Amino acid sequence: MGMTISEKILAAHAGVDQVVPGEIINAKLDIVHANDVTGPVAIKEFEKFGVDKVFDKEKITLVPDHFTPNKDIPSAEQSKILKEFAKKMEIKHYWEIGRVGIEHCLLPEQGVVLPGDLIIGADSHTCTYGALGAFATGVGSTDCAAGMATGEAWFRVPESLKFVFHGANFQPWVSGKDLILYIIGKIGVDGARYKAMEFAGDGIRALSMDNRFTICNMAIEAGAKTGIIEPDEITLEYVKARAKREYKIYKSDPDAQYEEIYEFNSAEIPLQVAFPHLPENTKSVDEASGIKIDQVVIGSCTNGRLEDLEVAAKILKGKKIHPEIRCLVFPGTQQILLEAMRNGWIEAMIEAGAVVSTPTCGPCLGGHMGILAKGERALATTNRNFVGRMGHPQSEVYLCNPAVAAASAIRGEIVHPREVVNYG
Amino acid sequence: MAKAWKFGHDIDTDAIIPARYMNRSEPEHLAAHCMEDADASFAKKVQKGDIIVAGKNFGCGSSREHAPIAIKAAGVKAVIAESYARIFYRNALNIGLPILECPEAVQGIEAGDEVEVDLASGKIENKTKGTTFQARPFPPFMQELIKAGGLVPYVKEKMKNA
Ligand code: SF4
Repeated sequence: MGMTISEKILAAHAGVDQVVPGEIINAKLDIVHANDVTGPVAIKEFEKFGVDKVFDKEKITLVPDHFTPNKDIPSAEQSKILKEFAKKMEIKHYWEIGRVGIEHCLLPEQGVVLPGDLIIGADSHTCTYGALGAFATGVGSTDCAAGMATGEAWFRVPESLKFVFHGANFQPWVSGKDLILYIIGKIGVDGARYKAMEFAGDGIRALSMDNRFTICNMAIEAGAKTGIIEPDEITLEYVKARAKREYKIYKSDPDAQYEEIYEFNSAEIPLQVAFPHLPENTKSVDEASGIKIDQVVIGSCTNGRLEDLEVAAKILKGKKIHPEIRCLVFPGTQQILLEAMRNGWIEAMIEAGAVVSTPTCGPCLGGHMGILAKGERALATTNRNFVGRMGHPQSEVYLCNPAVAAASAIRGEIVHPREVVNYG
Repeated sequence: MAKAWKFGHDIDTDAIIPARYMNRSEPEHLAAHCMEDADASFAKKVQKGDIIVAGKNFGCGSSREHAPIAIKAAGVKAVIAESYARIFYRNALNIGLPILECPEAVQGIEAGDEVEVDLASGKIENKTKGTTFQARPFPPFMQELIKAGGLVPYVKEKMKNA
């Protein structure tokens, strides 16, 4: 019987020829990951195992990105726990401020996560790496601790859902963000609970890696265990320049079993906006048109990559951000920031009146550097708009892609980018 | 007396423990802000042994283990929901917060009802209304994990035998 890419990766890491959905397996891990929020809790649990070293110091990644540069004394203490553990265990993949970036932008960029890998991360958006054709899933700190100690984890083999996009003729400004918001709007925030979401079709194959990362990043927002895309030439080109170890390409068999196959016509998908307080509350941008906002956030592990900054910068270039709007830009990594700077995009954004931050999760989780007051409303390229996500419990977050965010920053209210720039 | 606290569908991890409090990870600190963005008075009023009753997809969102830790440290004895988000489900069992899946019980329990839960059998009794419900048993792999007392002792045991 044919297997999906997810099943093949799980089977290979469990050392068996075949797995079927529902089966519980124990599998070997290629990467175990944690950040400055989940890492300290994982380290505390790790210490309870009474072992004096991690299973493999090259296969653990520790990324201080949520509250860094440390926002206050308690967060500085958390970061310190992470740093000291990294030093003591001689963890190879640890980055200090100045080299660190948002975990899910940084690890693919640095070639640390690769196609065919089996990855657990103590962060729900670990599923981002599925864009490389890896099986990557978020776990809690205790699972992470066990992974760091043993290099293994148990998994329930998930059923797979397939999402096929027909045609590469997307509407102007439509991006990976719109496709995934559209899907979540259709199936709901628990529509893929416990399952693997596989994205396919010539619509997906036409997308850049940056757009594919955005799609897989938000699989968790439909409750999925992972999002995954078969590697192709675009994947390989991205990976070749970065990989420092071997990797393996897996593809789904033609007769692989899917619990459900959803098919979409790419040309029919309009720009999306998710209304508070769930990512499933999606409407087309035209239906959101005219909603007043106080803050625009461009960045995060969802949309803080180079192409995201490019789109935003090109819209903002030569224009002015609305006088009453705060527009905050959060590049995903130092390298992205540097390249955007070399291309003149950072300059364009600052001249328009935006503030550009160091790479950090910052306001995405209501952590720091851009918190909302009571009654304020943000339009953000992040992935969650839960109650209180970006600040006061009575603030609101709307989600969209970087083009809609940038155009709306100029107008002071949600608009379709065509209202602000000529598409040509 | 175990009192039921009732919440709706899709209660996310930001509602259970807002990220603004996650610059620290001590259980008592997290407990003081438990459920704050769903019910600001919860952390002050909840009594040891109370039970949370919620709709579908409880614990969706982030992977923060801080969420089940906050609930456990607030004194909550168990959570009964129609269904759970995947990572929360794993995390709760890994840290020893009992969670039961039982849509019928969720329908049949109102806020403030006195509820008794027998974790071993999965029997849920609504004493106020005089009704009983049977929760779905844990899948076998989870039973094994629970028998060991959570993931840490489970792994410790395995490593000893390796
Ligand atoms: S950017 Fe936001 S969603 Fe992404 S890892 Fe950071 S806090 Fe989580």
